[in-house]
Amino acid sequence: MSSERQPAGAVVHAPSGAEGLLRRYVFSTDHKIIGLQYFFLALAAATIGMILSLGMRFHLVWPAADLPFLAGRLMTPEQYLALVTMHGTIMVFFVLTTAPQSAFGNYFLPLQIGTRDMAFPRLNMLSFWLTLVAFLVTMSAFLVPGGAPISGWTAYPPLSGIGEIAGPGEGVGQSLWIVSILIFCVGSLLGSINFISTTIDLRAPGMTLTRLPLTVWAWFVTAILSLLAFAVLLAAGVLLALDRWAGTSFFLPAGLVVSGELEVHGGGSPLLWQHLFWFFGHPEVYIAILPGMGIVSHILANFSRKPVFGYRTMAFALCAIGFLGFLVWGHHMFVSGMNPYSSLTFSVLTLSIGVPSAVKTFNWLGTLWGGKIQFQTPMLFALGFISFFVTGGLSGVFLAQPALDTTLHATYYVVAHFHIVMGVAAIFGIFAATYYWFPKMFGRKMSEPLGQLHFWLTFVGVYAIFMPMHFVGIVGGIRRYADSTGANYLVALQPLHGFMTVAAFLTAAGQLIFFYNFGRSLRKGEPASANPWKATSLEWATTSPPPPDNFAGCFPVVYRAPYEYSVPAARLDFLPQHLPSVPDAVSQQEQGHAG
Amino acid sequence: MSSLHVGPSAANRTPKIRRSERPRTRNRACGSAAPAFLAILLILLVATTVFIFAARLYPAPAPISFDAVRIDRQYNLTLYATGVAFVLAQLGLAYAGVRFRDRGQNARFVRGNVALEIFWTLLTLLVFLGLGMLGRKAWADARFTPSVSGALQVEATTYQFVYAFRYPGADGKFGRLDPSLVNAPAGNPLGIDPNDPAGRDDIVVSELTVPVNQPVELLLRSEDVIHSFFVRELRLQQDAVPGMVIPIAFSASQVGQYEIVCTQLCGLGHYKMHSLLHVVSQAEFETFLHQAVAP
Amino acid sequence: MPASAIAEAINRSVGGNSGSGGYFDGGGAGSPDGRAPERVYITGMLIALGAILMFFSAFVSAWVVRRGFSTTDWQPMTLPPILWLNTLVLAASAVTLWYSRRCWRRGNEADHRYWWGLTTILGVAFLVGQLLAWRQMCARGFLLSTNPSASFFYVFTAAHALHVLGGVAALVALAVGRPRRLSRATATGVAALYWDFLGALWLVLFAVLLRG
Repeated sequence: MSSERQPAGAVVHAPSGAEGLLRRYVFSTDHKIIGLQYFFLALAAATIGMILSLGMRFHLVWPAADLPFLAGRLMTPEQYLALVTMHGTIMVFFVLTTAPQSAFGNYFLPLQIGTRDMAFPRLNMLSFWLTLVAFLVTMSAFLVPGGAPISGWTAYPPLSGIGEIAGPGEGVGQSLWIVSILIFCVGSLLGSINFISTTIDLRAPGMTLTRLPLTVWAWFVTAILSLLAFAVLLAAGVLLALDRWAGTSFFLPAGLVVSGELEVHGGGSPLLWQHLFWFFGHPEVYIAILPGMGIVSHILANFSRKPVFGYRTMAFALCAIGFLGFLVWGHHMFVSGMNPYSSLTFSVLTLSIGVPSAVKTFNWLGTLWGGKIQFQTPMLFALGFISFFVTGGLSGVFLAQPALDTTLHATYYVVAHFHIVMGVAAIFGIFAATYYWFPKMFGRKMSEPLGQLHFWLTFVGVYAIFMPMHFVGIVGGIRRYADSTGANYLVALQPLHGFMTVAAFLTAAGQLIFFYNFGRSLRKGEPASANPWKATSLEWATTSPPPPDNFAGCFPVVYRAPYEYSVPAARLDFLPQHLPSVPDAVSQQEQGHAG
Repeated sequence: MSSLHVGPSAANRTPKIRRSERPRTRNRACGSAAPAFLAILLILLVATTVFIFAARLYPAPAPISFDAVRIDRQYNLTLYATGVAFVLAQLGLAYAGVRFRDRGQNARFVRGNVALEIFWTLLTLLVFLGLGMLGRKAWADARFTPSVSGALQVEATTYQFVYAFRYPGADGKFGRLDPSLVNAPAGNPLGIDPNDPAGRDDIVVSELTVPVNQPVELLLRSEDVIHSFFVRELRLQQDAVPGMVIPIAFSASQVGQYEIVCTQLCGLGHYKMHSLLHVVSQAEFETFLHQAVAP
Repeated sequence: MPASAIAEAINRSVGGNSGSGGYFDGGGAGSPDGRAPERVYITGMLIALGAILMFFSAFVSAWVVRRGFSTTDWQPMTLPPILWLNTLVLAASAVTLWYSRRCWRRGNEADHRYWWGLTTILGVAFLVGQLLAWRQMCARGFLLSTNPSASFFYVFTAAHALHVLGGVAALVALAVGRPRRLSRATATGVAALYWDFLGALWLVLFAVLLRG
């Protein structure tokens, strides 16, 4: 971007050479490049996170295995817990918060609202680099003395607040984790400012709120959630850091005796951390899922050749889920020592949030109903999303009731629940978006047969991993346990663990198909047209990939709603948003059928 | 020649005259096996899940208290409700995929159906809130009830990675605790103040013994980080938070030995932190108290 | 049916109008060349202020909970009196800032710059005053970790001061430079939003600290 105001249509000269390469692809302010940067960051993070989880699943079945690459040749319990902590941290922050929102949102929000870039492109670039730095700081925790922290991604104090004496990894590792989270929060807040401002002020003429694609609605609501939630996590992280480094006692009570040593603190409250953390943490999981819901609606309409059933309801449900998401954090704290009366309030609110979620599911089914469904890979992943969202959502109905949560809290039932909604449904949303928008981003198509194979393997595989996990939890298998040599009843669960581990390894292997397909299609995929899916939204009104200013100077004006598929008496079964509603003169005879 | 006529009457009718003009696109990119395959997988999912639950292949251990039985009733109710929703939704998805796969037909142009939406919204609200209302009692009775007089008070202290249970002894009073006096190797893991006479007869053991059918009030404490107390058969779980004393109540109705596990991540030994709950007859409990008193 | 009636019917049935301008009435504040309108900077600042508000709300909630949780070690402090002076200074800076912008709107650039510079100086004075307050607290033996009340004092004032520092940087930048992407009116408006917000925030934080 040059520093002077350019007249519209003026050509911006791209710098050439190595400096040009850096400016164009590394330090770019183009939302498309930034979106891709986030995307590849999330892809790398997902790969690492997946490998960590394979390490966990392996250890659960073969805890005494000889591992030559480890010092001591044996995975210790603290190493297992480090895997647990880092897997959760990397997946939640650097995959689920990054890919659906920062990656696809950055790339496609400006396109879908018909503008040239985000409102604040340089701020956008800063957001990405902060996120990347945060990722590197997190990863560095593996390399320091003591290793990565062992307090879980939830980092409850006092375990996370008293330093090395609490356990290995709780020294430098935990400090690095906190620093990384603080940096991530800032990056996320800056990104949210961009998303919200852009959606409010940069929409093309005619793009009213009721003509926004549901993906834009989802990114908009998600950005608001991000804005408010990450601000609170930032504050909480600052207080935890002060407890660790400055001797304060926000979360650390008096009279702690750790490993025989008396720790001197004032009367801080460990529950205060939990309140602050989950006030962020619950909106966070909606941040992870809402964009997926948006993309599913978008894809469902496209591949059923029908409008989204109840568009306004869907937009309203996104807002309702977002709003209610701030009121339910206590359901993570039913057995925490929180006032039991509060538990019932949180329970009612949590059950209520199931209503807009269920309504969205019904409306998805309504979108399919009467359609002309085409089962290309994006659609398969969108349908898979619905299946997983139903399963995971329904298991949540148990956890929303404190009486039942008393038995299920901290068991593998909870792990199954959140993996199915976050670790599967949201991931399926990411896959759906990838297959759907790959042609637009890269100008080439991914291989359909390979995509289909990837879907079937993954769909079967993740159900094989996570359905049995519910039963482990119901019997009483406890999460974050390094192995089953503790309580006696745990041994009986080993066969289930074995099954899940085998399924996990096979499913992970199946993802190689995706990587191969992705990499190969980047170079050798069949060239894609501007609108290979015959879709109606604005991103398909430009070339694949789009030019630097998105629309080659011809910025669209919007004339209709976003999902006008199979409009009766229209010649094509889709009406793009940007084509003017120019009616042709029609003869009375041809109009004879009209009512 | 073609017009863009949109009106409610045309919403569901696709005029015959137009069909020949619209290109007949058929899904060729993937085989027509996809909808059928998806349907089969979803049916398998539903069948397997229902079977495993119905056949009780992985049940929780039998409940040993009235509160636990009430919790189980609420659990079963929730299971039926969500089970029905699960079956209908997954099979509905399967059916829709198969029935409305692209066979060259035109899609029905429908924007929505307000009456239908109101119906299923209210239905969902009713079912979810209904479950919540019905489950309220199970929680309230277990947690809201103040301690019953005559309840046996036992204090449970947790620290990395050990449970220590303290009985008040013959005087019925707990001795004062002082964190600076904690010295496990010297036999004072809880830091009982030796100058407090009430503490002289306190009994500290590593496993919890209670009489059957006796209301017990367990006072949960922690010395270092957050731990937890969980007995599956009691359907009772509660975090032990440093800086707080959290009372929980139960009354075990069946003699036996049950495992206590820590469920709140507390460090590298978290997975090894466990103890036993012995529910014994009143006579055996008296014996236990007498034997434990001897230093 | 005549063509215009069909067009109207389509517009009605597909929902929404095709107007432009205004936040929510018709969409499309974006100009035909896709460039962002100036008011997006105001929008952006308002949203940023929402985040900052949330951030400080978290601190204040923590203060409320912590204060109520521990009955033993919460000791309300007497605050150093210089804080009252600092409050006055910050309030004065809001007035000078308002006046400076008023001068600009009336075309009086010289006065605008004069009052703008004054605002900047008052901003720096506030920060210096806060530093002095900290020194006085330390001298009385109240460090960050002394007691929870002191901890919150430092957290509130330090976090606020950091944000004020950012504000001062913006004031300086606008004092010596010209905004390039947007008009001076908008740029000063955005800066004023931020500055006034921090002023109001200080009043709230000060009141909380006084409450003890």
